[in-house]
Amino acid sequence: MSTATAIPHASLRDYLVGFGASVVLTAIPFWLVMSGVLPSKAATGFVIMAFAVAQIVVHMIYFLHMNTKSEHGWTMVALVFTLILVVITLAGSLWVMHHLNVNMMPGHPAPDIT
Amino acid sequence: MNTLFGRLSLDALPIHEPILVGTFIAVALAGLALLGTITYFRLWGYLWREWFTSIDHKKIGIMYMVLGIVMLLRGFADAVMMRIQQAIAFNGSEGYLTAHHYDQVFTAHGVIMIFFVAMPLVTGLMNYVVPLQIGARDVAFPFLNNFSFWMTVAGAVLVMSSLFVGEFARTGWLAYPPLSGLDFSPDVGVDYYIWSLQVAGIGTLLSGVNLLATIIKMRAPGLSLMKMPIFTWTALCTNVLIVAAFPVLTAVLALLSLDRYVGTNFFTNDLGGNPMMYVNLIWIWGHPEVYILILPLFGVFSEVTSTFSGKRLFGYSSMVYATVVITILSYLVWLHHFFTMGSGASVNSFFGITTMIISIPTGAKIFNWLFTMYRGRIRFELPMMWTVAFMITFVLGGMTGVLLAVPPADFVLHNSLFLVAHFHNVIIGGVLFGLFAGISYWFPKAFGFKLDPFWGKVSFWFWVVGFYFAFMPLYVLGLMGVTRRLRYFEDPSLQIWFVIAGFGALLIAIGIGAMLMQFYVSIRNRHALRDTTGDPWNGRTLEWSTSSPPPDYNFAFTPIVHDGDAWWDMKQRGYERPSSGFKPVLMPRNTGAGVILAALSAVMAFALIWQIWWLAGGSFVALLAGAIYHTFNYNREFHIPAEQVLRIESERTRILAAGN
Amino acid sequence: MARPLTAAELDASSFYDPHEHEHAAGGNTMLGFWIYLMSDCLIFAVMFAMYGVLGSSYAGGPTPKELFDLPLVAVNTTMLLLSSITYGFAMLEAQRHRAATTLMWLGVTGLFGLAFVGIELFEFSHMIQEGAGPQRSAFLSSFFALVGTHGLHVSFGIVWLVTLMIQVGRRGIDPANHRRLACLSLFWHFLDVIWIGVFTFVYLLSTLR
Repeated sequence: MSTATAIPHASLRDYLVGFGASVVLTAIPFWLVMSGVLPSKAATGFVIMAFAVAQIVVHMIYFLHMNTKSEHGWTMVALVFTLILVVITLAGSLWVMHHLNVNMMPGHPAPDIT
Repeated sequence: MNTLFGRLSLDALPIHEPILVGTFIAVALAGLALLGTITYFRLWGYLWREWFTSIDHKKIGIMYMVLGIVMLLRGFADAVMMRIQQAIAFNGSEGYLTAHHYDQVFTAHGVIMIFFVAMPLVTGLMNYVVPLQIGARDVAFPFLNNFSFWMTVAGAVLVMSSLFVGEFARTGWLAYPPLSGLDFSPDVGVDYYIWSLQVAGIGTLLSGVNLLATIIKMRAPGLSLMKMPIFTWTALCTNVLIVAAFPVLTAVLALLSLDRYVGTNFFTNDLGGNPMMYVNLIWIWGHPEVYILILPLFGVFSEVTSTFSGKRLFGYSSMVYATVVITILSYLVWLHHFFTMGSGASVNSFFGITTMIISIPTGAKIFNWLFTMYRGRIRFELPMMWTVAFMITFVLGGMTGVLLAVPPADFVLHNSLFLVAHFHNVIIGGVLFGLFAGISYWFPKAFGFKLDPFWGKVSFWFWVVGFYFAFMPLYVLGLMGVTRRLRYFEDPSLQIWFVIAGFGALLIAIGIGAMLMQFYVSIRNRHALRDTTGDPWNGRTLEWSTSSPPPDYNFAFTPIVHDGDAWWDMKQRGYERPSSGFKPVLMPRNTGAGVILAALSAVMAFALIWQIWWLAGGSFVALLAGAIYHTFNYNREFHIPAEQVLRIESERTRILAAGN
Repeated sequence: MARPLTAAELDASSFYDPHEHEHAAGGNTMLGFWIYLMSDCLIFAVMFAMYGVLGSSYAGGPTPKELFDLPLVAVNTTMLLLSSITYGFAMLEAQRHRAATTLMWLGVTGLFGLAFVGIELFEFSHMIQEGAGPQRSAFLSSFFALVGTHGLHVSFGIVWLVTLMIQVGRRGIDPANHRRLACLSLFWHFLDVIWIGVFTFVYLLSTLR
């Protein structure tokens, strides 16, 4: 069966585009933080996070050859499922630990519950 | 502490503990007898060639089952010790176990039962059955399968050796810090815990990857997802959970070991550490883990109910959706294991609600099994008896679970004996009864003869009645406020309940004895119990189309599937076995690399536990070198010649014809 | 080979294919490795979660602003990114079955990888000398754990790379080696993806705080 080995086909264009985009998407966040050009830290934070997400997508498509066809879509399913679990682990832990810290850590008085 | 032996010294041997000395003598004698018998009958070569180095999923599956049953005896011994202690420790008596010992007993009991009994037995069943059910010749990565098995064995060996060399953790089976940190557990116990689980955990994770790739990639032509046997579906979801959850355990234990070995501050009380983060993360693993344990057994019950009711499974699609929903939801409930730790009302209500929601798909499954049985021609063979016992027992346990899911109720019942009763209720009623159903169901396939029904029924009744005597008192005690893991009690009115529970443990012990008797009698009477058809239960799925035991290559020709319940479909439509035109079959070679690499891992773990740094470093280098060396072996396959396939298949055709 | 049968193939008597062909070996490897990589993602998720929860627990000790040398991190990031594209070039050569040039690009990749690990080790030793080692605070413990886990993965990748170079040198780009190169490719690029998360959430965002 021809798709048995399923090694994705790479092209020079893919790698060059991916590399170029990655350089830009890396340089700008570093510059934003090191130069402090944006007025608010929160804005800078959001921007660099957005750039990180964008660069991850670039890596996925151009370096990892991520697509919906690979392995009859199972590669994508596995990735999406993993991402969901990563989000649950990160968001869930932050949410739970924040509440635990606020309620239970000394020096963090709990709000009055009547 | 010295360079050559690290922390290891003669002090590590428990020569002053009579119970351990006695155990050691018994184990040593039994071990010598076993090794002596094998040597006397010159079986070492056979064992190495045919079993230890085998990459055949069937042999590996059987070895997992043997490991699980052996470890069940150890775990149960721990249970009996606790029952006796708790039954007698009243009226000023502190029983016969010191706190130092007792704490190790309940820790070891939990660790062994979950990681070295339930996991191997479940993995063994999936390993044996899934490739046969999907029409494949083996799993996706046969060598990795063998390696995974030996890594699990290595973990078990490490836990067992903690009995005689050093000691085990005294923290409970999840080893929460700060108790498990360096300040409060400076001894080797927690290190034994960490490293045995890390080693076994690698085996489990790789097994998860293996079975997942197998089910996705190696299904026979025509076997679409919604035609898969329901056991294969539950195996698919279970292995998704394994791949998703076990890395979390690996990472958390690694962080705990960094705290202990390097002095980091992840879970310490000072310098910014947060022990609750351990609790949080370990339960992010821990809740999916219990679904890893139960989902395959839900699959077993589906197969058994359908086969022994002579009917197609009712509501196949809803069973599949229920399983998938459980898989996803199992990631959204973990906090219910620590409602009382102060996360507050909003967090607690979210997780309380999700926990209640997750009981719904399981309820749907129970109805589907009942509707499958309704108007079926039910045969109460042993697998079906275990299934009925499961339905009653598990539903009871599930209901107490929903009760615990209500945070205010949990505030009263958390860490009480009610909780202990609940999880034993669902694990014994669900996982263990399911394993017994699966074992009696598939044993004839694996060995070519049925298990003796009489001793099976004896075992069944003692187990079921024993379970209720052992654990119903614990519900009562929990509601009265008794905490778990206690070693002695001040209130004499509680004693009667513990005595009843102890009586239950005695009944279960007889049940286990009857089960061992069943194996012995079945092997002795195997000719009378022989099944030559390969299909002793009039089964519905592809594994029953093969001989019992199946040939090495499982299927001479890969089956083509047209319908769910593929073998039933084949039987209905007059399937005829091929008698000629066989081709050489490509098979993977046996290899000793798995045994060797796992042994090196065990040595490295032992060295890390005892801080014998030269040995740890050396065995790590050897492990790496060995693994790299193994990758230079490109010649991992061979062909079974067509003539040999013809011979095997013709012999089977002859036996089938003679049997009619 | 789980493709649904066509209507023409759904013949009641065809319960097996007498002309079935042998499967090409190694057809499951890429998916199996991808699944393993997803599990590795979850290990990093735990490390990121630890950093998220404990990353501002300085215990009165050094803070990110005081410690992180962003220009050096930028250099390191460049090393890793360059190694990604040089591995890409190696894969292109492997596709054309040109063993010699594949080896050359693999070698360059390894050098960039070594540079990455080297700079990281330098950074770590400097921090430890300044009293900002992993034992100093929970923030530093989680920093060293996350960045260190990534660095360990890169180091294993380099060992694997060298092993593969020897194997390609011996056997050329046969199907087995091509598969192995493809798996290492997934591994290598995946580590770069993780690094994007590291430099963003650890170095850049913590400096901002």
